[in-house]
Amino acid sequence: MRSLIKLGVPVVAAALALTACGGTKDNSSSSGSGGKQCDLKIGYFGALTGDAANLGVNIKNGVELAVNQYNAKHSDCKVTLETFDSQGDPSVAPALAQKAVSDKKLVGIVGPAFSGESKAADPIFEQAGLNIISASATNPSLSEQGWKVFHRVLGNDATQGPAAAKYIKDVLKAQKPFVIDDSSEYGKGLADIVRKDLGTAVVGNDAIQQKQTDFSGSVTKVTASNADALFFGGYYAEAALLTKQLRQAGWKGTFVAADGVKDDGYIKAGGAATEGAIMTCPCVPPDAAPQFAEAYKKAYNSDPATYSAEAFDAANVFLDGIAAGKTSNADMNAFIASYDKPGVTKQIKFDAKGEPASVSVWAYKVEGGKIVKDQEIK
Amino acid sequence: MNLLIHHFWELTITGLTIGAIYALVALGYTLVYGVLRLINFAHSEVFMYGSFAAVWVLMALNAAGATGLGLVGFLLLGGIAAMAASALVAFILELVAYRPLRKRNSPPLIALISAIGASFVLSEAMGLRDKPFAWLGLDAKLADYVGRPRENTPLPALLHSQKLFNFFGYNVTNVDVIILVSAIIMMVVLDQFVRRSRLGRGIRAVAMDAESAALMGVNHNRVIRLTFVIGGIMAGGAAMLYLLKIGVTRYNAGFILGIKAFTAAVLGGIGNLRGALLGGFVLGVAENYGSALVGSQWKDVVAFVLLIVILLFRPTGLLGESLGKARA
Repeated sequence: MRSLIKLGVPVVAAALALTACGGTKDNSSSSGSGGKQCDLKIGYFGALTGDAANLGVNIKNGVELAVNQYNAKHSDCKVTLETFDSQGDPSVAPALAQKAVSDKKLVGIVGPAFSGESKAADPIFEQAGLNIISASATNPSLSEQGWKVFHRVLGNDATQGPAAAKYIKDVLKAQKPFVIDDSSEYGKGLADIVRKDLGTAVVGNDAIQQKQTDFSGSVTKVTASNADALFFGGYYAEAALLTKQLRQAGWKGTFVAADGVKDDGYIKAGGAATEGAIMTCPCVPPDAAPQFAEAYKKAYNSDPATYSAEAFDAANVFLDGIAAGKTSNADMNAFIASYDKPGVTKQIKFDAKGEPASVSVWAYKVEGGKIVKDQEIK
Repeated sequence: MNLLIHHFWELTITGLTIGAIYALVALGYTLVYGVLRLINFAHSEVFMYGSFAAVWVLMALNAAGATGLGLVGFLLLGGIAAMAASALVAFILELVAYRPLRKRNSPPLIALISAIGASFVLSEAMGLRDKPFAWLGLDAKLADYVGRPRENTPLPALLHSQKLFNFFGYNVTNVDVIILVSAIIMMVVLDQFVRRSRLGRGIRAVAMDAESAALMGVNHNRVIRLTFVIGGIMAGGAAMLYLLKIGVTRYNAGFILGIKAFTAAVLGGIGNLRGALLGGFVLGVAENYGSALVGSQWKDVVAFVLLIVILLFRPTGLLGESLGKARA
């Protein structure tokens, strides 16, 4: 029955695309008025509901915090945050992107959060010229498409993948790693890089599907291969079940995953089975940015989670642009290209492809039911 | 291929355990189809509500960390809660979504749309369960029950999987045994109930010929209600076993499982109880062999290709016989 929605969305998207065609073109030229506009918006684009909602909520909170801090300083000229809940679903994203580009007050988007939806939505942003800065989409190919509007404030999987492989080889000293992906844009892309880097050491491969719950087949393959480490490319919903079923079958190796699993939802659903699991993430630990962590905790009554700080930095690029009067898409694009200021996570600066100038990848681990930092992977 | 040969029994047994769960849910589809000629697409939600009932009851009783006999008691209690909740949801579903239509002699397609609608309503109600509590200001207090409503909710009491005995190289675990044994007990009880009891005879009579059954004094509406409730109880049992195997549930947990169970029912011959059982087991095992042969992401493809091939040669399913024609 849900597939009815999935069928319906492209149809709606196509209809919207047809109707929106006329309206979006003048967006880039409607600027340069010089006077200060005080009803501008910045957008958050990504999951707020759905299977991996929590990763999105963390990002939205980071953006929201930046906007609130900006508004406290500029109470005469406030900026509002508009959220676009894509549910992390590539089939929902295009229609939402059309909706976003037709809103002339929107000067920039933090997002799309995931790689799959980015591939679906970014061409629409590119066509309309609406600038985007993703705080979390890590698929390497996103910056290879020649999209001028695309930027991200974190390292991509071409950095994260090799780092994960390095961790498995050098820190865990695993002799027989096994690699599983979830067949998603993000998970498969990342797992393929890890496979390539581990090379002939990989004792076995498998792929699962998102929303799958019974992993008997994969569990048999992993235990049969006597793997001492498993790399999983995917998100935390499936990761939790996979870990649990592997432990139930008596598998003793180390479970390694990446940023898509670095969320409390993984521990909540996976329980004690998740203890000792390793996650890589091109994000800095919260103690690197204590002031941000404190403000975040005050606002949301919880510690900043994966990519909250990156989202805060991404939003501040747009907010600085607004403060400097760069409200047209073209002006904002030039402003981002020349941006070079310290953020809470790192020096924020983009190269010509929209990639961050400096990146670092950290390993985290589950210890005592919490995700704690392990070490920087260099 | 090597994997399939060397781990044949492991794949078979883990396939049978998930197949047993498919089979229990499939019984609900097949029973309702037998008496009403209707695919109750909302049956997957009946299953999902049962799984939440078990989780919540065990949460409320603070079952986490229980061991030994206490754990057994908790799991039984969870199973009873799941069966009761699923039976209740199935009962209400019949009352709200089907009976008004049946009274007005609506065509079967209308009932099918009603079923799909009911499925959406039930699953979204679970996915949005935090909202009403947030209006009442209770969401923080009840965060364990209604927080993050679209994410996995784990079963608090964890049954530690232990090796029991070695079966051709596979260490059969307590979880495998519990699932298979309880599923088979439930199936045998249901089968005997439908074959031997007075109420069961009523179900078979309505399935065979509703009008003649009514003339013979069988209360049509009561039989239909009973059929839904029995299907619900089976789905509730399946929900508890699913929690033992998978460990978590969520608002859309019934969706894929429902499709698989419906497939199992068709595979075995829809309307046929023993067919649904056979279909469930065959499907569960076939999926596992498929994922061993060509990769786990292909397991659904393998299962559905199998379904099509079987239906090409036996269009009425493996056992083909309908509920009404089943011999007493």
